[in-house]
Amino acid sequence: MQAIKITDLTYIYSKKTPSEKVALAGVNLSINEGEFVTVVGHTGSGKSTLVQHLNGLIKAQTGVVEICGIPTSNKKNLKQLRFDVGMVFQYPEYQLFEDTVAKDVAFGPKNMKLSKEEIDKRVRRAMDLVGLPYETFAERSPFELSGGEKRRAAIAGVIAMEPKILVLDEPFAGLDPIGVKEITELVLKLKREICPTVVMVTHNMDSACELADRIVALCDGKIVADGSPKEVFGDRNLIKEIGLDVPFVARVVDRLEEEGISLDKTILTIDELTSALEEYKKLKGGDGNV
Amino acid sequence: MFKDVSFGQYYPANSPIHRMDARVKLIITLMFVVGIFFIKSYFGFMLTAALLITIVLVAKLPIGSVLKSVRGVLFIVAFTALINLFLGGENGSEILWSWKKLVITVSSVHTTIKMVLRLVLLITGASLLSLTTTPVALADGVESLLSPLRLIKVPVRDIAMIMSIALRFIPTLFEETHKIIAAQKSRGAAFDTGGPLQRAKALLPVLIPLFVNSFRRADELAFAMDSRCYNATDNRTKMKVAKIGLADCISSLVMSGYFVVIMLDRYFWCGLVDTLMFGGLV
Repeated sequence: MQAIKITDLTYIYSKKTPSEKVALAGVNLSINEGEFVTVVGHTGSGKSTLVQHLNGLIKAQTGVVEICGIPTSNKKNLKQLRFDVGMVFQYPEYQLFEDTVAKDVAFGPKNMKLSKEEIDKRVRRAMDLVGLPYETFAERSPFELSGGEKRRAAIAGVIAMEPKILVLDEPFAGLDPIGVKEITELVLKLKREICPTVVMVTHNMDSACELADRIVALCDGKIVADGSPKEVFGDRNLIKEIGLDVPFVARVVDRLEEEGISLDKTILTIDELTSALEEYKKLKGGDGNV
Repeated sequence: MFKDVSFGQYYPANSPIHRMDARVKLIITLMFVVGIFFIKSYFGFMLTAALLITIVLVAKLPIGSVLKSVRGVLFIVAFTALINLFLGGENGSEILWSWKKLVITVSSVHTTIKMVLRLVLLITGASLLSLTTTPVALADGVESLLSPLRLIKVPVRDIAMIMSIALRFIPTLFEETHKIIAAQKSRGAAFDTGGPLQRAKALLPVLIPLFVNSFRRADELAFAMDSRCYNATDNRTKMKVAKIGLADCISSLVMSGYFVVIMLDRYFWCGLVDTLMFGGLV
């Protein structure tokens, strides 16, 4: 089943003024249930505008956005849409507002008008899932937490609504490598246990490759590449043309080529690289210094 | 991102008016605001309108963005017009319409028309300053104009710095507010339903993070300024040194001419031009 279906979506900021800017120019995109899609593109390519269409925060100017078969232009369904599509913004920790973590996480479920028991159950589950055990963190103020904990608390606030689709906008922004690793693991866990369909926007190409089944590259409001990480990053010319970085391992492959060691361009993980190098060594009769 | 906000209303264009020294523009605007209250005749208002239209044309401003600032005060204008229409007449003036104690006279109609013209022209003229001058240039201009006050120990530089920081953060806060609203909406918050108390309560999830973030930002900014040894001493120089150019001289002359004509019209010609132009109508 198609979780998300976008047809001919165009969006222009500040229409008919000198600062007019085309953010999206005729985007067509279908995402199936259970897919993990990463949207990449350089700054100003329209990524954030695209994902904000998914829960109706931005109304489609032209074109249609359908979530689970229902167009987002359907006003009666707007509230339900917000609960079905969980949106984690960039720096989500800056939206915490309640005096305890548990209350903040309960904000979403409360707006869903759930029963008190159900709210309580969801808050516990969400907090445990993101790694902030309810027993320890429930009564603490969100403003006293560390940076990483705040971000987890904010994510828990979205997860507690148990959305069908999870949208993450730059979830790794401002994190150190350990933080990136923790959030990466968390996102995988959430996909497994709560919302099978995930759409993520990121600049971090390593995480993009590690997590996603499918990568969608945007440039100037248009989709310029759509495929598996291997397909998208294998096409180095295109990646360069649209101004993107390549993942770390791909950089190593490129560097090796400069040194005269040609390997497969679609290598993206350390393991693949090691076995490719071993094969290369065998081919060269074992005397190559690699 | 929230790009539809035109707060501070600066309209970017390349024109002599935009390039003018902010200090000159500030003084001219001040003269204009004072001048407009001396106008008593229709001739004066026509002259003012002609002046404003010329400025708008030279500055390459779209008429829409100029009128936008008037739209904001439309209610006040309408309200004053109504009050003036019924109460603004002089005694003994010819009565046009009356109902119980409400009376409209010829002189009250004239007062009302002049009142509306004065307000609309005033707002339009004042908005031309912010439309053609960046907030930073404006703050620098104010600092420069207030600098004589330093002699009596007024911390002009600090005030100017506070002003530019405040101006600088208006768009940032706007964007931030918009982001927080979007985030809370995504969690099902509703801002447009329920009674007044409920609506006020619904704003808390926006206001609290906004305050917390503002304090954090202020703290970070203070720390960054401190670690660069910022202090407002006389040794600081400006990156962009303002200079008086040809456009400044010309516009000062035009403005002075305008001011003189307004004064002449009020105190020496005494509505003579109006009588010549409109005959017995006025």
